[in-house]
Amino acid sequence: MAERTIAYGDGLPDPEPEPDPAPEERAVPGTGGAARRPYAPARNPSGPLAGLRAYGLITAMWIRSTLAYRTSFALSVFASFAFSAFDFVAVILMFSHVDALGGYPLGEIAFLYGTASTAFGLTDLFLGSTDRLGRRVRDGTLDTFLVRPVPVLAQLAADRFALRRVGRVTQGLVVLGYGLAVADVAWTPVKVLLVPVMVISGGVLFGSVFVAGAAFQFWAQDAAEVQNSFTYGGITMLQYPPTVFAQDLVRGVTFVVPLAFVNWLPGLYILGRPYPLDVPQWLAFAPPAVAAVCCALAGLVWRAGLRTYRSTGS
Amino acid sequence: MRLYGIVAVGGFRRFAAYRMATAAGMFTNTVFGFIIAATYIALWDQRPRLGGYDIDQALTYVWLGQALLTACAMMGGGFETELIERIRSGDVAIDLYRPVDLQCFWLAADLGRAAFQLLGRGVVPMTVGALAFDLALPSSPLTWAAFLVAVWLALVVSFAFRYLVALSGFWLLDGAGVMQLSALVGTFFSGMLLPLNVFPGVLGEIARALPWSSYLQIPADVLLGERTGWGLAGAYAFQAGWAAVLLTAGRFLQTVAVRRVVVQGG
Repeated sequence: MAERTIAYGDGLPDPEPEPDPAPEERAVPGTGGAARRPYAPARNPSGPLAGLRAYGLITAMWIRSTLAYRTSFALSVFASFAFSAFDFVAVILMFSHVDALGGYPLGEIAFLYGTASTAFGLTDLFLGSTDRLGRRVRDGTLDTFLVRPVPVLAQLAADRFALRRVGRVTQGLVVLGYGLAVADVAWTPVKVLLVPVMVISGGVLFGSVFVAGAAFQFWAQDAAEVQNSFTYGGITMLQYPPTVFAQDLVRGVTFVVPLAFVNWLPGLYILGRPYPLDVPQWLAFAPPAVAAVCCALAGLVWRAGLRTYRSTGS
Repeated sequence: MRLYGIVAVGGFRRFAAYRMATAAGMFTNTVFGFIIAATYIALWDQRPRLGGYDIDQALTYVWLGQALLTACAMMGGGFETELIERIRSGDVAIDLYRPVDLQCFWLAADLGRAAFQLLGRGVVPMTVGALAFDLALPSSPLTWAAFLVAVWLALVVSFAFRYLVALSGFWLLDGAGVMQLSALVGTFFSGMLLPLNVFPGVLGEIARALPWSSYLQIPADVLLGERTGWGLAGAYAFQAGWAAVLLTAGRFLQTVAVRRVVVQGG
């Protein structure tokens, strides 16, 4: 069970037991709408709509199962909220000693933190289960996904859907609200519009990293934690202003894994701050395009990974 | 005693089997080391000697945190997942029939796991950190020995606490929520996010008195030479005291659970 010893999971240990056959069996009726009508099969069972529908059904099943243990669920939502909140408490504690970190006051850091955290929280909620892929490849249970008439990615993303992660989204929104209230911003209509745009494209950007990271596990099954470096490591970085980090690190998250487009580039435009690395200012409006490109790339990596899949030999 | 030795070795070897996972973990710990180090540099740049540490000591603290994170299971992820699952499924009834003490068995297994993770996931990030930054590592082997004793005590305190967490499964059936809360306090009050001596006022005093300060703050202070002589003895006494309290509580809870709780799974 070494793979469970996540260094920086969603901060929370994954409490669920190893997948046992019973929930699998339960999942089948939910996804097999088409299978029950053998004479009128769905025309394109692997299309995106079928994927979304399956995602919804499997997700609903896991939500019902989560709500069976109500005390535990309430505690875990609170824990998810508090876990990310403590992260910000640490920032506040830092500010009990200083007025600015990397030249940024608390309100502006709260704005950067809130946008990144909300975007990440949404991705984590919808796609956070994808890092189970390695485990499923190893124990062979991925095979059950392959025989169902539903896209594998949809099944994987919905697998053990953890509703508790709404706690993190809520925390991100709270900090974002605080940041918006406190940070000294010269608001224009464009800037106001840019805030939801950056949160949504930021979520998509993180989503591509999640999917690409999951696909990586087709090749390296035990390496789920490498993904954490880019997802949870990325979010930790984005919670602070770019001035805190070494130039090479900033270059890495701008040009290699373009996480800087989640909040730094659009965020610094909103805050009216100078840009790192002297990149042009119009990049503030690039996040949707960058997110779309990353999404496409992640899709290609996913397909390539799925094609290399060989079931366990035993 | 010999039996528990074998169990501990088994725990070590079991985790040693996952080489790729260990490598991935080292990578993650190293990446986080760099990110957190950058924020500490920004903080100590504004306030040199914050919390009594100079910047070299603060950076040593960062990398030590990465080295001890999984060994001390600050975010959970030790034996407790498995024990909770055995309680949930009812398999624990079989364990209770065995001529082995439940608490000692899991202590041995968890110490074996921790020993592997200290070597497997602790040494490499620490070395990378030492190459990339000026760390305040002690030259005296005595300080290193004193540090290892503090780490060993930290592992016992950590086990004792997580054993209580796991036993809560007897009453709650699903221990997930409690486990997550324990990861939460474990991360925050161990000083993983920020050294406890930087916590202001009463909050700092409370945090330093809680058992979780045994996980990282105390071993760090021993390594950094902040605890010597009677201070060192006091640190050990603090850790051993919490270990005794928590282990006793675990023993008591175990007795109550075995007597009063109906094991599931017919």
